[in-house]
Amino acid sequence: MEETFFKGLMIASVATVLALLVGIILVITLRGASSLNLSMLIQTPKGGYYLGKEGGIANAIVGSIYLSLGATLLSFLFGLPIAFALQKEYTGRHLSNITRLALDILWGTPSIVYGAFGFVVMVYFGLRASLLGGIIALTLLMLPIMTRSMEEVIRMIPFELKETSYSLGSTRIETTLKVIFRQALPGITTGILLAFGRGIGDAASVLFTAGYTDYIPRSLSDPVASLPLAVFFQVATPIPEVQQRAYASALILMVIVLLVSIFSRLLGRRFSRYIVR
Amino acid sequence: MSHISLRKLTVGYGNLQVLRNITVDIPDGQITAIIGPSGCGKTTLLKSLNRLIDLYEQARVEGQVIIDGVNIYDPKTDILILRKKVGFLSQKPYPLPMSIYDNIRFGPKIHGMDGEQIQRRIAALEKQISLDEPSLKLAHQKALFKKSRQMELLVEYYLRLSGLWNEVKDRLNGPASQLSIGQQQRLALARALAIEPEVILADEPTSALDPISAQLIEKQFKLLKENYTIVVVTHILRQARRIADYVIFLYMGELVEHGPAEQFFSSPRDERTRAYISGEIS
Repeated sequence: MEETFFKGLMIASVATVLALLVGIILVITLRGASSLNLSMLIQTPKGGYYLGKEGGIANAIVGSIYLSLGATLLSFLFGLPIAFALQKEYTGRHLSNITRLALDILWGTPSIVYGAFGFVVMVYFGLRASLLGGIIALTLLMLPIMTRSMEEVIRMIPFELKETSYSLGSTRIETTLKVIFRQALPGITTGILLAFGRGIGDAASVLFTAGYTDYIPRSLSDPVASLPLAVFFQVATPIPEVQQRAYASALILMVIVLLVSIFSRLLGRRFSRYIVR
Repeated sequence: MSHISLRKLTVGYGNLQVLRNITVDIPDGQITAIIGPSGCGKTTLLKSLNRLIDLYEQARVEGQVIIDGVNIYDPKTDILILRKKVGFLSQKPYPLPMSIYDNIRFGPKIHGMDGEQIQRRIAALEKQISLDEPSLKLAHQKALFKKSRQMELLVEYYLRLSGLWNEVKDRLNGPASQLSIGQQQRLALARALAIEPEVILADEPTSALDPISAQLIEKQFKLLKENYTIVVVTHILRQARRIADYVIFLYMGELVEHGPAEQFFSSPRDERTRAYISGEIS
């Protein structure tokens, strides 16, 4: 009896999650597919703020990719060393606990706060909204997510594996780079993906910092468009055709996230061939 | 071969004292078994010999462990050189997250073994390993002069030395984690041997293994003792009887008795030893 109940509960939970995913994809596809065409992918908008009903959203697609790739790279460059350094061989228990707490708080901070913070800093330095500003704001958002998820994986690595490495006469650095890194690689990939997915879909942090433009940026100091903001602007218009294009934009955003997700899954599977269970 | 002497070795974790005042000499080129009931400090003693104990936050060590005339707890001791000299086998083998081949190569690589050292090492290993076919020997001799083949040859020899070669020669690039646990332990042995230690420490190396794999490990130890000083922690009395030349008996963190295996088992001096051997206490 109890067995049947919990089994039913589990099946219901799985069904709910799947139904949600299918539902979202279905709604976006049904409403957006009709206005999705090649020109939408490769042209920049005709008529400011997407209001022209013509052209495409190439500015936002490229912009979002620039922003999130840049921020992913930057977060990784800082995040991985932090995740490694939080191991007990490098950092004392108190300091690492405080760092973890700080990262958790940052993880939970709403992205609009990062956007506002970035904006204040930029105003102080007299900078205008730009690709670089957007990347930095996004990095602030992504860094805690990436670092914490990578750190969690590194912490789960059995102590005996480290002991084995040390017993062969390797240094801390050798153990970290040659053993821990390889063992944690699938988890590190997941951490990167998690942060990337969060970053590419975020509108609030780039609202003030990256700005808006109808063009594809040519340098780090140009303002840059992004997909979430493109969806936001288009949905907010009273024009039905433009609203429909908002769903097409959302579909493109989802497809990008899905592709990256599948790709990193495959990559993760490749990396996990050698890991020790 | 290295000589190990313990002088008043006392080890504790925080307020808990695990080993008290251990003074003993471990004979060279023999298998020494450390026996005693669970929690008597066997593993702690073993991990004190290559300073793996340093990895435990609260561990405190007093007294001396002298290997080849040098106190390894002297602040000037290079811990990496020490660990290179003293190979270690853990209770449950942990393959490194890489291929079988890379597991063996790991040690020589981090210690920066170069072509000439590898050649010298292979020459030394050839004396320890008897190859079944003369033609194979000739092929190996030729391969030795090709730089690209030297490391492969070295890996092969260590795998032969630990009795694993025939089982893995066709899947050297496969993941080491897919080996059976018995094979993993022999891989760990080959990997430890590849750092050219003079001492081999083994912490209950067969406790996670099936009887056949366990027998293989014991057999390898008996073959290896000619060239290495081997210290095995075991709580299996029968295993100590089978392989040990010298026995150290610990009880509640104290060294109760030590001596040549034959004498230790036939005429124990201490009452606790007699009780332990006869199975009255465990």
